[in-house]
Amino acid sequence: MPPSGDDPSGRLPLSADPTAVLSSLALQAGGALGGPVEQEHLFQARQLQALSLGWHIVIVCFGVAFPVIVLVAEGLWLRTRDPLYRELARRWSRAMLVLFAVGVVSGTILSFELGMLWPEFMATFGEVFGFAFALEGFAFFVEAIFVVIYVYGWDRLSPRLHFLTGLPIPVAGVAGSLFVISVNGWMNHPVGFDLVDGRVTNVRPLEALFNTHVWHEVVHMQLAAYLVAGFAVAGVYAWAWLRGRRDRYHAVGFAIPFTIAALVAPVQLMVGDWAARSVAENQPTKLAAIEGLAETTDGAPLTLFGWYRDGEVVGGLKIPRALSILAHHDPSARVQGLDAVPPDERPPVNVVRVAFQVMVAIGTGLALLAAIYLLAWWRRRGPPSSPWFYRAAVLAGPASIVALEAGWITTEVGRQPWIVYELMRVDQAVTGASGVPVGYGVVAGVYALLTLATVAVLIRMARLPREGAG
Amino acid sequence: MTLADLCAILIVLGLTAYAVLAGADFGAGFWELGAGRGPTGRRARALIESAMGPVWEANHVWLIFVLVVFWTCFPVAFGSVASTLAVPLFLAAVGIIFRGSTFAFRGAGGPRARPLLGALFVASSLLTPFFLGAAVGAVAAGRVPVGNAAGDPIGSWWNPTGALVGALAVLTGVYLAAVYLAADARRAGATDLAEAFRRRALIAGAVTGALAMGGLLVLRDDSRHLYDGLTGDGLPLVVLSAVAGVATMTLLWRRAYGPARAAAAAAVAAVIWGWAWSQRPDLLPGELTIGDAAAGRPTLVAVLVGALVGGAIVAASLAFLFRLVLSGRLDKELPPRADAGSPVP
Repeated sequence: MPPSGDDPSGRLPLSADPTAVLSSLALQAGGALGGPVEQEHLFQARQLQALSLGWHIVIVCFGVAFPVIVLVAEGLWLRTRDPLYRELARRWSRAMLVLFAVGVVSGTILSFELGMLWPEFMATFGEVFGFAFALEGFAFFVEAIFVVIYVYGWDRLSPRLHFLTGLPIPVAGVAGSLFVISVNGWMNHPVGFDLVDGRVTNVRPLEALFNTHVWHEVVHMQLAAYLVAGFAVAGVYAWAWLRGRRDRYHAVGFAIPFTIAALVAPVQLMVGDWAARSVAENQPTKLAAIEGLAETTDGAPLTLFGWYRDGEVVGGLKIPRALSILAHHDPSARVQGLDAVPPDERPPVNVVRVAFQVMVAIGTGLALLAAIYLLAWWRRRGPPSSPWFYRAAVLAGPASIVALEAGWITTEVGRQPWIVYELMRVDQAVTGASGVPVGYGVVAGVYALLTLATVAVLIRMARLPREGAG
Repeated sequence: MTLADLCAILIVLGLTAYAVLAGADFGAGFWELGAGRGPTGRRARALIESAMGPVWEANHVWLIFVLVVFWTCFPVAFGSVASTLAVPLFLAAVGIIFRGSTFAFRGAGGPRARPLLGALFVASSLLTPFFLGAAVGAVAAGRVPVGNAAGDPIGSWWNPTGALVGALAVLTGVYLAAVYLAADARRAGATDLAEAFRRRALIAGAVTGALAMGGLLVLRDDSRHLYDGLTGDGLPLVVLSAVAGVATMTLLWRRAYGPARAAAAAAVAAVIWGWAWSQRPDLLPGELTIGDAAAGRPTLVAVLVGALVGGAIVAASLAFLFRLVLSGRLDKELPPRADAGSPVP
């Protein structure tokens, strides 16, 4: 449902000019702590938040998908009693625990930052979207408890019980990401409350929790997690293959995560289409930025590549009517342009556009790689044997991380200047405290160290000798 | 008892759990520092690692729980606290990064990285609870006004009360850790370590108790309102804390480590409840009552129902975890004693 005058939540009065109403509401909404304050370092505050989120989201992928990869390996062991599967599962689970621990701390930082950097956002709307976070807290609890029981439980619990203690981890992971993404969906499509004289009232927590945006975002992110974790883990074994280690252990180590990612990659393209159509419906300005569409157009073309300058895309490849077809499945459908909102309510077009195109390009590439792999299995009952395939497979991990980041940049920067779409701007939400650049510098330094240390530890773990397949 | 009161109780429960569980994990960092070199030190460090490894992440989640319930049920108070106390919270956050990651990495990191990881682990284990405690002290002393970064960014927490509560947060963790580790050591069959941590627990208990009592004098000068509350409405709970503290010492003396564990946790919990009880009905003293700060009724109901359902799931999961831990099934084997063969299984 579009966030305009006919919003059934009844939060917006009917009006001939929804934009004007929204702008005036936006001014009224920033208020629980007393309204906007001076903050000359808004950009650094946003960068700090973006850095912390962008870092954490990579780890989240492993939190969500790695347990499934590990459990598949352990499940194969339980079925076949081939010790090789167990060895892989055990080894992977140790890396999983390290990544989980890192995710615990980087996730905590986010909770702090929400309040430290965006107090007005939390104070004004915390009671609307907060319920989702409260539920996420419980999901996180369950995940933290069972990850540890699972990883410490090797050899100490019966094989069956051990496998069972692993099952709550992905369930909690799915639930947790649903709840967190529900908040992001809500920021994009704020529902579940009324705004009376700028004050939030009549909160409907469940309506906020299950906003329209949550579903495609959750599915898109879940699949992204499988792509990142699957390709990244498989990449380690693709690297080993290229270095000549082509025994069965490495082949299976490659096949399990790569197969999972390869099955997901084509599906992600379809989910991406669903997400784009939902954005077209609920956030036409974001779509206009993604496509560099300056003016509202009937039968809008799709422009690939190029650079947006002065109201048009320079050097792009135009496909007539394609945008109308993609966004609304109708070649002559009207697509809203950037001109529908005042200039100060438009996101930076090129950041959003380039990020979107990078995501789509990588996603398509990964789907192709997946198709090659699945085709090889279908035709020869085995993986491809070309070194080029394995070189691409090594790159697929980092590439999927780039696509993940690009996707989040698309949706987050594409929402600007709003923190709560059309209701509160980031400059109304930001803290009045000084020292934001110092915090940004410190966190950047700490995260650089943390990245190096995490990678070093994982490389070290990967190099540990095998325990012997017995 | 209103819905808002129930939500405030949830927060205090979460804080209590965080203090008695995660507090001890921070305190373990101090004993890591005091473990010394040589085989005994190695054994002590292995004991700490074995005791903390399976539980620290779950214990840490209590902090997340407190934060999310706080901002959902009392959003204006949360925005005010987080923006005014950005400095100590930021420093605590950095401490949390270092503490968690160095602990996770040291098992997997190489022998060359171990001393550096250990040093960072110890430093962040002491600094994190200090800054979190200082932030709590600022709230308790009524130095957080309503508004976006409306309070003094430094003076609100960097004062005798903030320093006292910060120091108490560190010391109670150190004390709890020693008591818990004595019990863990006995379970692992390491009587030498159990004796060592018993001694340490007795000393830490005496020091912490003295600071807590002496701290009341600091509060009388620096935060009269808080002092009056703790010696007024909160007095029964403060006395209960002292009694539990003495009981812990007696139990430690008699080497009854299991009951000592419970008594030590009760001593810490009682102080937190004494503060909370004496501060009611204020959430931010002098600024905002619990009732005024509360979110709308539907949000409070949602959180309470969610907490009931989620809490039941988490309670069952935690019970499973702690049963495995306390029965020693997740323990790691300690390195051998210098003067003996392998430890008693």
